[in-house]
Amino acid sequence: MKLFEFEAKKILQDYGVRVPKSGVVTSPEEAEAIAWEIGRPVALKSQILVSGRGKAGGIRFAADAAGAKQVAAELLGSTIKGCPVTSLLVEEKLDMVEQFYASIAVDRQARAYVVLASTSGGVDIEELAQTSPDKIARHWVDPTIGFSEREAIDIVGRLNTSQDDATKFASIIGTLYKVTMDYDAELAEINPLAKTPSGDFMAADARIIVDDNALFRHPEFADRSSVRVDDTPLEAEARKQNLAYVDLDGDIGIIGNGAGLVMATLDLVHVFGGKPANFLDVGGGGSVDITKRGLLLVMSKPEVKAVLVNILGGITRCDIVAQALIEALNESSVKKPIAVRMMGTNEAEGNQMLHQAGIDSYPNMEKAIEEILKL
Amino acid sequence: MSIIIDDGSRVVVQGITGNEGRFHTASMLRYGTKVVAGVTPSKGGQEVEGVPVYNTVAEAVGNHGVDTSIMFVPARFAQRAVTEAIDAGIKTLVVITEGIPQRDAIEFVTEANKRGNVIIVGPNTPGVINPLRRIKVGIMPDHVFSPGSVGIASRSGTLTYEITWHISQAGMGQSTCVGLGGDPIVGLDFVRVLEMFRDDEETKGVVLIGEIGGNAEELAAQYISEVGYPKPVVAYIAGRLAPPGKRMGHAGAIIMGKTGTASSKIEAFTKAGVPVAEKPSDIPKLLKA
Repeated sequence: MKLFEFEAKKILQDYGVRVPKSGVVTSPEEAEAIAWEIGRPVALKSQILVSGRGKAGGIRFAADAAGAKQVAAELLGSTIKGCPVTSLLVEEKLDMVEQFYASIAVDRQARAYVVLASTSGGVDIEELAQTSPDKIARHWVDPTIGFSEREAIDIVGRLNTSQDDATKFASIIGTLYKVTMDYDAELAEINPLAKTPSGDFMAADARIIVDDNALFRHPEFADRSSVRVDDTPLEAEARKQNLAYVDLDGDIGIIGNGAGLVMATLDLVHVFGGKPANFLDVGGGGSVDITKRGLLLVMSKPEVKAVLVNILGGITRCDIVAQALIEALNESSVKKPIAVRMMGTNEAEGNQMLHQAGIDSYPNMEKAIEEILKL
Repeated sequence: MSIIIDDGSRVVVQGITGNEGRFHTASMLRYGTKVVAGVTPSKGGQEVEGVPVYNTVAEAVGNHGVDTSIMFVPARFAQRAVTEAIDAGIKTLVVITEGIPQRDAIEFVTEANKRGNVIIVGPNTPGVINPLRRIKVGIMPDHVFSPGSVGIASRSGTLTYEITWHISQAGMGQSTCVGLGGDPIVGLDFVRVLEMFRDDEETKGVVLIGEIGGNAEELAAQYISEVGYPKPVVAYIAGRLAPPGKRMGHAGAIIMGKTGTASSKIEAFTKAGVPVAEKPSDIPKLLKA
């Protein structure tokens, strides 16, 4: 779960990292009031969850309160990289003499958290990783031991900094690691980590992604209903129903069990010249209730002309899957042709039931795809 | 010799009294696996499918000499269960549980690696099956598998059954099939399983079933060309059409570079001389070539 910038900064602030003076606003008037309180030039930052919002015009500046009101009126209600802007973080515009970079992230291959630090932070950090990888210090943490102050100092020691900067930088990296552990973060990133003219370090931007699997340990995020602002309406509906659904722009609805199998089904539809309308994984176990809700959801999408169901169960009983599909078709107000491929326990009974209900079923995936593309 | 599991494997089922635990205990016993004990805290003394249940893994080890565990423990208790099994001396752990927090998985995988002789399969894996010896420590539908000499390592569950079905239909059987697990953090990777298959006399050729995300496939390709892998390897990659997934801020891009996409993986395999199937049904053809 991605946290908004203002949420990430609030957490960092609670842990003692300095952040610019700021306030979250949803109207131009509030923006004006916050800017007036700050009493200095401000940055108005769209609170959306996509990266690259700065380059897309989602971050603007204003010299004073009146300017802030004007800019806020333009940003609020606009759409940046497909995301509607409903709130802004109005914050003191920082004078930065240097921009550093610090992050902790899960490194899957190393099966460890990796600490990344650089004295060349800012928007071009990814490019730097390609062109001058030596300018980014990397350190893998042994999770069974933890991350020590000594290690933080060593990491910073590999970068060219003054003694004073090194001490502050190392301390922030240590704090970031603590935040990562306490919040079960897959990523905690400060970029840029700004050095102000007075020599202070401040988190000018921050990003935290909490591991979805660990949310049970974080009841503080339980009622976060507006989480996925980048969802399409159908994706949002699917999420409410606990369906793993992603919209695509074709016209063949796809339902399968297991992410790998569903991705392979999408790829195969493409190989045969079709265009999938969605990704929907009803789970390796292929639960009946989910299968039924899934079919109803996919059929409700206007662009969908026909639906391909590909269920490969070992445990899943095909007769029960057939029952779920038949029920969904009976209950749905929109009827669309479906083609089914099922394999597993009670396969013959399931196919017999589908046959009686007038639903086509096929012994393999390629045959089912060929048939559905003829419709 | 076979890999990961063999005729001597004595299996304990952690979480045996739950629905899944019961169902798959019965299925594994039918297939031929030596499931000799089960563990569910505070349910010791019961029997499931004729298998005695204990409160702790240590008791199961003491009474039955179990060395392999398959785990159906809820995600929030998984770390504790894995640690308990490792401490009790279990050498092979098959973690079926999905949805385990990454931090927990990082901790227990690191712990296992430090011990040196402990293998963790999964989490979120369908498990391991050896059709030659009829041993299954997993949840896969065993009727799609048949005995033979093809080794399979896969990141997927149901897609593995699909591809295995095609291989079996083509008259080729399998030696061992290993589900690496669908989670970001898993104990085994393609390179380690390739190393095992290399020394496994039962395996004559290898199928790698990968998908988008991570760089396990790219590293496998690199390993295959570096060591001049002695057995034929073919691959399938799912997700050519998948929309780009969530980006993990800048850090993700810094760690991963340009790896992770289907095209990056396909290119890496092709360069390493590993043919990549366009369709799951093409795998048998590539194996025969």
